This record gives sequence, structure tokens and C-alpha cells, in this order.
Amino acid sequence: MISTQWASLKDIKLHEYLLRFLFGGLCTVGAGLIAQRFGPVVGGLFLAFPAIFPAGASLLEAHEKRKMAKAGLDGTNQGREAASVDAAGASIGSLGLVAFSFILWRGLPIHNASLVVGTASVVWLLVSVAIWYVRKSRWLRGRSVEK
Amino acid sequence: MTEMIIRFLVGGVVVSCFAMLGEVFRPKSFAGVFGAAPSIGLATIGITIVKHGHAYAALEARSMIFGAIAFFIYACACSFTLMQYRWQSLGTAITLIPLWFVVSFALIYLIP
Repeated sequence: MISTQWASLKDIKLHEYLLRFLFGGLCTVGAGLIAQRFGPVVGGLFLAFPAIFPAGASLLEAHEKRKMAKAGLDGTNQGREAASVDAAGASIGSLGLVAFSFILWRGLPIHNASLVVGTASVVWLLVSVAIWYVRKSRWLRGRSVEK
Repeated sequence: MTEMIIRFLVGGVVVSCFAMLGEVFRPKSFAGVFGAAPSIGLATIGITIVKHGHAYAALEARSMIFGAIAFFIYACACSFTLMQYRWQSLGTAITLIPLWFVVSFALIYLIP
């Protein structure tokens, strides 16, 4: 079941917040510069560039290692496993991103921009959640068969 | 220059917000979804529409579909490699970035 754990925000260090802000800002500027130089066809590709992903995976691995180190254990494998699970989640989110982009592509020329962007964002979330649930239920069925 | 500063600030804020959501949600497999949130798209689309118009933004969005498909293949490759070989995550994620370039540019070439 999907749940929230707001307390986990306290575990993030200030430099990790700043790193994400910096990466996000630089990637957005980079996407704009590429579009200026090479046009919207090439520039558009970089709106879905996984620039933030390496930093996120690395921070996640570091978090897991830190958590295991507190218990006196080596968390290298757990950290990499957590990063792998995170990447699997990102693969689901990227399918939502396909739906998001499709709605922008078809909707922007004929409808109000705010409405199209709002709808596309909601669809991204719904598609991602739906695929996550389908994948999770298949995984659970697989586990029960194995048992 | 002003536009780039606005892009930097808006992009930084939007990406940070999605990253925070990724930290808050559980289980981790679901939180990972926010790693492929449309953060850069959301941060730039408004500026693009104001500056170049709806048709230009729609053209960017069409290419974004190819970028997102490439992202899917890249993320699957990262997940598989990390689970199978347990390489360092940062190294794996950076090493596999060329895969995104190959797939996305191949799609643009094949579907002009």
C-alpha cells in the first residue's frame, strides 16, 4: 500500500537539498540552451533527460549505507539494491512521462495551456500509480506461486 | 540572461519538490516513480509557450515522448544492472547515460 513518511525529510542533509536544486536548475537551463541552439525537436528530447537520476540513486545508496552503518553493518549491497528498486520505479514513472508528453503534444495546439498542463500532470500520476499497482500485484502473484 | 535565471530558479524548485515527494512516499519502489516526474517539462513549458507559442511547445512535447521512451529503457537497464551485478549506483547510472542518447536520437531519426 502506498503511504507517506514525512519524518524521512529530516534525514536529508542541507547539501543534499542544495545538490538537487543545483542539478534541477542546471538541467532546466541546459534544456533551454539546447532548444535555442538545435531547435524544438532536439530540445524536446532533453525535457525527459535522466539528469537528476544519477544523483538521486547515489544519494539513496548513501542513505541506505548510513542506515546500516548505524546498526554496525555494511550496507553496500542493500544500498545498491535500493538504488535498483528506485530505478525500477523510475521506469514506471517514465511510462507516465510518455502519457504526459502525448497530452501536451496533442492538446497544446487546440486547448488552453493551463488546462492541458494540469491534465497532463494528473495523467502522469494516474498512469504511474496504475502501472505500479499492476506490477506490484503481478509480483505478489509470482511470489505466492514460488511459495 | 533573465530568462536563464528564471529557468534555473524554477527548475531548481520544481525538481527539488519532486525529489522531496520521492523521499516521503513509501514503499521505495513507488517513490522511485518521482525520479521520472515531468519536472523539467513543467519548469520550462510555461516559459516556452510565452516565448515561442503553443505550436513550438507542442513540437517539443512530441520529442519529449521519444526522450521518455529512452528514459524507460535507460531506467530498466539501470535497475537490472544494479540488481544483477551490484555495481556502484552513481557509476552505473552515468555509464548507462549513452544508452539514453542512442535510443532517443534513433527514435527521432526513425520517426521524423
